[in-house]
Amino acid sequence: MTTASVEELRSRTRALLSEFDPADTEPLDFLRARFDAGLAWVHFPVGLGGLDAPRALQAVVDAELAAAGAPDNDPRRIGIGLGMAAPTILRYGTDEQRSRLLRPLWTGEEVWCQLFSEPGAGSDLAALATRATLGADGVWTVDGQKVWTSSAHTARWAILIARTDPALPKHKGITYFVCDMTDPGVEVRPLRQITGEAEFNEVFLTGVRIPDTDRLGAVGEGWQVAQTTLNNERVSIGGQRTPREGGLVGIVAGTWRARPELRTPELQQRLLKHWVDAEVLRLTGERLRQQLTVGQPGPEGAGTKLGFARLAQELTGFEVELLAEEGLGYDDWTMVRPELVDFNGREAGYRYLRAKGNSIEGGTSEILRNIIAERVLGLPPEPRTDKDVPWKDLAR
Amino acid sequence: MNLLYTEIEEELRASVRDLLADHSPVSAVLARIEGPGAYDPALWRQLAAELGAAGLQVPERYAGAGASLRETAVVMEELGRAVAPVPFLGSAVLATTALLAAQDSAPDDVLGNALGALADGSRTGTLAVPLSSAPGRPFTPTVTLHPDGTLSGRVTSVADALGADLLVVPGPDCSLHLVETGFTATPRTSLDLTRPLADLTFDRTPARLLTADPAALQRALLTGAGLLASEQLGIAEWCLAATVGYLRERRQFNRPLGSFQALKHRLADLWLDVVGARAAARAAADALATEAADAAVAVAVAASHCGTVAVRAAEECVQLHGGIGMTWEHPAHLYLKRAKADHLALGTPAHHRAVLAGLVDLPA
Ligand SMILES: Cc1cc2nc3c(=O)[nH]c(=O)nc-3n(C[C@H](O)[C@H](O)[C@H](O)COP(=O)(O)OP(=O)(O)OC[C@H]3O[C@@H](n4cnc5c(N)ncnc54)[C@H](O)[C@@H]3O)c2cc1C
Repeated sequence: MTTASVEELRSRTRALLSEFDPADTEPLDFLRARFDAGLAWVHFPVGLGGLDAPRALQAVVDAELAAAGAPDNDPRRIGIGLGMAAPTILRYGTDEQRSRLLRPLWTGEEVWCQLFSEPGAGSDLAALATRATLGADGVWTVDGQKVWTSSAHTARWAILIARTDPALPKHKGITYFVCDMTDPGVEVRPLRQITGEAEFNEVFLTGVRIPDTDRLGAVGEGWQVAQTTLNNERVSIGGQRTPREGGLVGIVAGTWRARPELRTPELQQRLLKHWVDAEVLRLTGERLRQQLTVGQPGPEGAGTKLGFARLAQELTGFEVELLAEEGLGYDDWTMVRPELVDFNGREAGYRYLRAKGNSIEGGTSEILRNIIAERVLGLPPEPRTDKDVPWKDLAR
Repeated sequence: MNLLYTEIEEELRASVRDLLADHSPVSAVLARIEGPGAYDPALWRQLAAELGAAGLQVPERYAGAGASLRETAVVMEELGRAVAPVPFLGSAVLATTALLAAQDSAPDDVLGNALGALADGSRTGTLAVPLSSAPGRPFTPTVTLHPDGTLSGRVTSVADALGADLLVVPGPDCSLHLVETGFTATPRTSLDLTRPLADLTFDRTPARLLTADPAALQRALLTGAGLLASEQLGIAEWCLAATVGYLRERRQFNRPLGSFQALKHRLADLWLDVVGARAAARAAADALATEAADAAVAVAVAASHCGTVAVRAAEECVQLHGGIGMTWEHPAHLYLKRAKADHLALGTPAHHRAVLAGLVDLPA
C-alpha cells in the first residue's frame, strides 16, 4: 500500500464530499456520485465504481466518509448483491451487463437474491432440476422451484442457475442467468423460519422469460460461474472486518460487564474461551484479507465461515444461559417479512435461533469441511457414483 | 499490524529449514535422544554462527543482527516444526530478552559481552526459572542474595540449562543477576526428550546485578510465552501435514483412509485451528516486536490458543497414525511430548485466559 495512493484516495474522497455535501444531497444522489467517482469499491475497475486499487484501501475511503456523516448503502439490505452477485457479474458479465447492473446494485436501488437451492438440491446443488430452454426467438423459458430464497420478496433481480442440458452429467449441463424478479412467471411465497419471521421464501418459476443477454457466462458453464458466487458467499458470511470485540462477542462482553449478578466462575471460564476464539477468528479473517488485497477468494474462505458459524452458535447459546430468567423469554414471534438481515439484531433468543442458520446457509458446515479437506488439504474424494452419469439418469 | 511474513522472513525461514533438513532430520533427533546429551552443539553453531539466528533480536551495537522478534518467531516456528534439540528458547529468547530488558541499569560492557556471546552462539545461556513460570502472575524467587553479592539456592525444571555458560537468575524482589561460573546443573528426566530440563544449584555463586526492576523478568516471560506460540504453530503444522500425508497414502477397506469423511472432517477442523494459530502467533510476534500497547493481550490470546492447538494436533497425529503412531521409532511422540510440555511452559492456556480476564475487563 503506497502512501501516494492513500493520499490520492483521501483527496478524491474529499473532492466528492465537497461537490456533494451529504448534509444537503439526497442519499441516493450521493451514492450514485460516489459510485461514479470510483469510491464505491475501490478494487473494482475504473468506470464500474472502482479505481483498480488494492482492496485494503477501501478502509481509507470508508473512514473519511463515515467521519463526514455520508450515507451508506446499508449492506444488510443488499448483502447478496454486494457479496455474491457483484463479484460474479464482474468476473463473467459482458461489458453491457456490468455497466447496466452493477451501479444500481451497489447503490441499493436494486436488491438481489439468489435462486440456487431447490427442494431436491441443497448441499448437492449440482443436482438441481429447474429447467431452462432456449426458444427460437433467443429467449430462455425457465420452469422449476427454488426454496429458502432470502430477500426474494424485496429483490428486483436474482442470480439463477438452471439445467440447460439434462443429457450431460450433473455439473456440466447447468447455465447461469440473471433473472428479472418482476417477470409475471415468478411467484414468491414467504417461508416462515424458526425465529418466527420469514426472511426466506419459496420461489415458483413458471414460464419465466429470460433474454439470452441475461445469461452470465457460456451455456453449460454455470457450475463454474457458480463457484465464484459460492466462494464469495463464504467470505461474505462472517467475513466482515471488525474491531476487537466487535460483533456478537462485544454484545456478550457488554452484558457481562454491566451485570455482575449474572456471573459465576464457570461462566467466566467459558466466556474467556469464547473471547479468545472470537479474537483468533478475527485475526484469521484479518490475515486472510491481508493476503487477499487483490484477486478472488479461494476455498480457504470456507474456514472463516466454518469458524464463524461455530463461534456464533456457541456465543449465542452462552448468552441465553447467562441471562438466566430473562433467557426464558423471547422478544416477538410475530410473522414478519424483514427488509434486512442482521444476525445480531433484536434480542438474545432471536440471536440464538438465527445463528442456527449460520451453519446451514451458504454451504453447511459439513460441506465446508469436505471442501477444506479435499480442496485445501488435498485429501482424496469419497467414492462417487453420480459424477459421470447423465443427470437425467440419476435416481431422484 | 502485519500478520503476513515479509520476504526477508520467508528467506530466513527457508535457510533455517534447509539447515535443519540437512543436519537435524527427525531420524537424527530420534537417534540423539538415546545418547548422553540431547543437544546438538554442531547444529547450534551453524544456526547461531552461520545463520545468525540467535542474535536476531539483538541490536547491532551489541553485535547482533538488529532484526526483531518477528524474525525470531519465524526461527521458533521452524525449530518447532523440526523438534530441533537446540537451546534457542533459553538462550536466544529468554536470556537474551532478559538482558536486553536490563539495558537501562546494567553496565554496558557486561551486557555487551553477554549479549555478543549469546548472539554469535559462542556461549549459550538461559533464564533460571522453572519452565512452568508464567507472565502476569507474581514470581517467587527461590534464590537468595548474600551481602557480598553472591547467590545461593535452587531452581528446578529449568529449560536449556544443561551446558549453559551463563544464566540470568531472578533474585529477591525479582531482581536479575548474571551468573557465569560456580553453579551446577543436574539433569532431570523430562517429558520432553528434545528440550531436557535441569535443576540449578547456587552456593555462594558469584553474580552481577543486572537490574532491580521486576519489569525485566516479566518482559522476558511475556516474550517467551509470545514466541512459544510460534513454536507451537510449527509443531501443529508438522503434525497436520504428517497426518494428511499419511492418510492420503495409507489404504484400508480398499480405499485411501483419507477419503473417509469422519477423518476428513477431523482434519478440516484441525486445519482451521492451525490457521487460527498462525494468525494469533503472528499477531503476538508483531505486537512484541513493535512494543504495541496491547502486546500482553496478543500474547495471552496466542498462548492460550496455540498451546491448545499444538497438543490437539499432536494427539490427532498419534491417533490417526494408528499403531505406528504409538511406536518409539515414529517421530510423532517427539511432537506429542514437546507439545504437552509446551502446554505447561510459560503459562498454561487456562493461566493465560485468567490473565486476559484482567487485561480485557471480564472480571469474575
Ligand atoms: C437462513 C438461510 C438462508 C438461506 N438463503 C438461501 C438463499 O438465499 N438462496 C439459496 O439458494 N439458498 C439459501 N439457503 C439454502 C441453503 O443453501 C441450503 O439449505 C443448504 O445448502 C443445505 O441444503 P439442504 O437444506 O437441502 O440440506 P441437505 O443438503 O439436505 O443437508 C441435510 C444435512 O445433511 C448434511 N449433508 C448433506 N450432504 C452431506 C455430505 N455430502 N456429507 C456430509 N453431510 C452432508 C448437511 O450438512 C445437513 O446437515 C438458505 C438457508 C438458510 C438456513
